[in-house]
Amino acid sequence: MNLSRMAAIPLRQFYLYRGSVARLVPMFAWVTIDMVLWGFMTKFLGGMAQTQYRFVPALLGAVLFWDFMTRVMQGVTTAFFEDVWTRNFLNVFGTPLTMPEYIGGLLVSSMATSAVGLVVMLLVAGLGFGLSFAAYGAMVIPFLLVLFLFGMALGIGAIAIVLRLGPAAEWFVWPIPALLSPFAAVYYPVATLPPSIRWISRLLPPSYIFEGMRGVVSGHGVNGALLGAAFALAIVYILLSYWIFARVFRRAVKTGLLARYSAESVS
Amino acid sequence: MPMDATRQPGPVLSVAGLRKHYGAIEAVKGISFEVCPREIVGLLGLNGAGKTTTISMILGVLEPTAGSITIAGVDLARHRSQALAQTNFAAVYAPLPGNLTVWQNLRIFALLYGVNDFKARAEIVLHEFDLKKFRNTKCGVLSSGEQTRVGLAKALLNRPRVLLLDEPTASIDPASAQDIRRTIRAAVSQGETGVLWTSHNMYEVEEVCDRVLFLSQGEIILEGDPKTLPAQYGRQTLEELFISVAREPLELGMEEP
Repeated sequence: MNLSRMAAIPLRQFYLYRGSVARLVPMFAWVTIDMVLWGFMTKFLGGMAQTQYRFVPALLGAVLFWDFMTRVMQGVTTAFFEDVWTRNFLNVFGTPLTMPEYIGGLLVSSMATSAVGLVVMLLVAGLGFGLSFAAYGAMVIPFLLVLFLFGMALGIGAIAIVLRLGPAAEWFVWPIPALLSPFAAVYYPVATLPPSIRWISRLLPPSYIFEGMRGVVSGHGVNGALLGAAFALAIVYILLSYWIFARVFRRAVKTGLLARYSAESVS
Repeated sequence: MPMDATRQPGPVLSVAGLRKHYGAIEAVKGISFEVCPREIVGLLGLNGAGKTTTISMILGVLEPTAGSITIAGVDLARHRSQALAQTNFAAVYAPLPGNLTVWQNLRIFALLYGVNDFKARAEIVLHEFDLKKFRNTKCGVLSSGEQTRVGLAKALLNRPRVLLLDEPTASIDPASAQDIRRTIRAAVSQGETGVLWTSHNMYEVEEVCDRVLFLSQGEIILEGDPKTLPAQYGRQTLEELFISVAREPLELGMEEP
């Protein structure tokens, strides 16, 4: 792994973000809107329910964690899309850059952009609605780590889809978090789902995190074994998504799709 | 793998038995050739003859069906990254990202190609291609000729052993094209670079190339010095020979000199 080559990808993203309002504003705008919307929703539900349940860390916190995972995924996909949008594949993949270095570069870019999004969300949710990571104690670290890993896996899987199906498949990528959210137990416990579809939740690492988060908020703590299972699942998804991307890339090199990517298909 | 590929004697590029099939279509049919240091080899042929397919395979973005490519002594299939570190390319269909400035693009590709003395090299290539005044200009707002020059500056940034140029002067006015040919020729004569150059401009080929390969339907059917080759086949000019190769390749192939 050559770190200089890998650094070229985040450096390119830095140059693009530095010089583009259209890229900078979404980094702050959507997460701010989400925090404000769900902050007021949380206040409303808290007032309606008249219980001791802590809506702010349970619901607004869940939205924050979910948005963080979404930003991680989008950090990977957006950095990849820059090469799609500028038809840059020949220039990039005709260099000594290796696949692990390219993916590593996308992940570093994603770390930076998702960290900015997380800080903005914490500021808005903290100052506006009193949310603090202190509500989760030390568990906030494994929660963020598992969501970060799963977000990376989603991002790598998503760019494999776009590389395989062509630039127009970008539109398959954006709704992925929304498609997963009903099963990821973000807003409600897994037990709320019909028993016949709970197995889907069990396959998603975020469901363990959100169940654990609600356990911490209600004072019951976290099941360490389930947290470990979530971590292991996230690792498996990263390896699987990388394997899929590598296969798709090899196929694109073999068929000529990489050299003629704008055609979307070589058949 | 050789430890110091940059000091290998012999050809900088060796292509042996290279084939590419797209299903039933055979785009490249087992071609073999070499490019030596300080040599500029023209790869000529009609549109669809297999030139860009060949360049894409040497660039590592297209997998050959059969055959081998060796760059500065390094087998591309087995040591892709090490082999590609010895190459660079410029093509009219692969402009650098228009949303980055000239300097930013050069900085990024310097990292990708492992250029250690980036600032010094960048200043040299900016000067060579008359781009200093565009250093902080986004590539997307440059004219097509200026963008071509940026692509060429990128292509020489890492002092490649093998330089692949796919119609590098296609969108450039004759005066600028002549300057570019001189710049590339000078860079090649000073270093250890070998160039594979495709062009449809036969005047340019005659001026710049030491040797030409005529590709027709995926096969090399003629090879030689562009200044003497037309006479060997009873033609006045290289352009005339090109047209003959395009229209009557079999007939021409039988006319041995």
